[in-house]
Amino acid sequence: MRAERKLAAVNLGKLGKTLSKLKGNGVIQNHLAKLMQRTKATLFSPFKLMILVGISYVILGPIISIISHSFFSPSDLYNPSVFLIPLNPTLENYRLAFMRLGYWDTLLKSLIYIAKTTILQVLITSMAGYGFARFNFPLKKLLFGCVVVTIILPSYTIMLPLYQHFRSWDVLWLFKIFKGEALNLLQSTKPTYLLTLFGAGLRSGLYIYIFRQFFRGLPKEIEEAALIDGAGTWHTYFRIMLVNAIPAVLTVSVFSLVWQYNDMFYSGLFSIPADQNIAFRLSTIAATIRFVDEIRDPLVVQLYVYAGVVLVLLPILLLYLFLQKYFMEGLERSGIVG
Amino acid sequence: MKADRRPERKGIGNACSKAGARHTAKKRKHLTLSQKKSITGLIFIAPWVIGFIIYYARSLFLTIRFSLSDVNIVETGGYRATWAGLENFRYALLEHATFNQIFVNSLVDILIDVPFIIFFSLFIAILLNSRFKGRGLVRAIFFIPILLGSGAVLETLTLATENIQEGAGAMAAEISSSSGISMDYFIGTFIDLGLPTGMLDYVAGLVARVYEIVRSSSVQTVIFLATLQSISPSLYEVSKIEGATTYETFWKVTFPLVTPFILTNVVYTIVDSYTNSEVVTQAYDTAFTLYDYGLSSAMSVLSTVVVCMILAAVCMMISNKTFYYN
Repeated sequence: MRAERKLAAVNLGKLGKTLSKLKGNGVIQNHLAKLMQRTKATLFSPFKLMILVGISYVILGPIISIISHSFFSPSDLYNPSVFLIPLNPTLENYRLAFMRLGYWDTLLKSLIYIAKTTILQVLITSMAGYGFARFNFPLKKLLFGCVVVTIILPSYTIMLPLYQHFRSWDVLWLFKIFKGEALNLLQSTKPTYLLTLFGAGLRSGLYIYIFRQFFRGLPKEIEEAALIDGAGTWHTYFRIMLVNAIPAVLTVSVFSLVWQYNDMFYSGLFSIPADQNIAFRLSTIAATIRFVDEIRDPLVVQLYVYAGVVLVLLPILLLYLFLQKYFMEGLERSGIVG
Repeated sequence: MKADRRPERKGIGNACSKAGARHTAKKRKHLTLSQKKSITGLIFIAPWVIGFIIYYARSLFLTIRFSLSDVNIVETGGYRATWAGLENFRYALLEHATFNQIFVNSLVDILIDVPFIIFFSLFIAILLNSRFKGRGLVRAIFFIPILLGSGAVLETLTLATENIQEGAGAMAAEISSSSGISMDYFIGTFIDLGLPTGMLDYVAGLVARVYEIVRSSSVQTVIFLATLQSISPSLYEVSKIEGATTYETFWKVTFPLVTPFILTNVVYTIVDSYTNSEVVTQAYDTAFTLYDYGLSSAMSVLSTVVVCMILAAVCMMISNKTFYYN
């Protein structure tokens, strides 16, 4: 069908050239120009299709292979004729991975943990973004420069002092005076909450930047109207600005949820308990299965890990598919860009 | 509902003005609107400022101090730092077995990948920006890598990728043995044609790492896509009316408007690839398996300084060529 149309279009294009030599009238020329354009588009589309399909494959390939491997039984693994579709599909991998991950419990706790962090993150960074976008105060440029520095500065550079800081955590030496020693906040989720509360959490700088750009794009008249109607600063902010910034809020929420969910660096640094962080627990599952369940073959252990990866990815993929449309709109409108 | 919201608001308002009053108790009557506004602004960013001072500024200062001293971990969990001058840097650069090599390799990798990632993501963004059937699906697929950024998931993905690549490699080998076609033959042909070996190496390296490049260029694609969407359609309309071809439109309209974000993306790419590079792993291991905080800090400081210098140089180079800035 398509090929036919293309052929017809090409023929008409040739016809068009001869006709235009005859200096046909304006209507025909217009018509021909459109035809030429369509011909070009159809000729171009297979090329485009090829690239898009190819890159989609590059992205999806590993995921498809993980999903199919997670159903493999050990006999399929060593059968050279099996490719992608297992001969003896099994759910055993999932059963064990489920058990070793403590799936429901860990998932629930991790979701609560990342939800709390995300809410804090959105609140604090949007406040800072609003402050930078709409108010003038001394040293504003310098301070915003500092925000950019926090985006650029890799958190690895400051990991040791942070580790030591939370190893013996104290507010103005109060704990040392009254309790005799500083608190050890490691092996709990408190460091993450504290960092996020003070706008120094996972990629907070980037979120501040996104919010600032977005608030700068909103018309000032909204706030003026609110002021005239008698709304205070905080009322304006929570009831009007934040509501208008829903696209940016969505974008930042999705980023924050996903990155916090996947985060290994801070979880590792602060030894956040594995039952509150499912991605972190996944990283230990191979060792657990090898030593507790005494499955020695590393390739077979890998099958269980694949099942674990699918289990861990599932919630985040579902969330993504659900929020994808809003997320995309948010990205386009949130003015990550100017 | 309204009744209980209002007092709360007043309460906060009072708290604000009190906070303001504490600073400027004497001048209160002279507080102009703009001064009031600047105080409100400072309150909005206050949490961040505190966090920046406690966590970033202090930590940065401490890291530099650690790197200049010999840090001993005391049994109670604290540490004792004694001044050691540039000893750590000297050790890292001159005596450490692998640091030099890893450092240089990471830098070279960063510099090789950056231009290609930028071109690739711009290209993909332009493709995704045009209209075609199933665009939503393709976009959803292209942004999946953002979700799979790090950690155990990424490790497993890399492993799965390697398996696929191995499969592909085996397939290619099989085909070549039966039909006599092999990659080496092609590369040999290109060399015979007189193409510089350096360029061939570069291209071959890129092809071998296509998975990583696709995976690490998704945020850049998002940024470019957002930029392309923000270009006003009337510009394209004008250029069309003036009779510009698609090629001209790209170079005279799209590209100049995108240049500022090429800078943003270059910065993002460099930082991102530095964060995932081996230098960082090395510094982490030195700190938490060898407990040599001084050396680890010296490594971090060294690599960060070099990366910042690269960033500054690149920014200077690109911002000279930026056509338009907002």
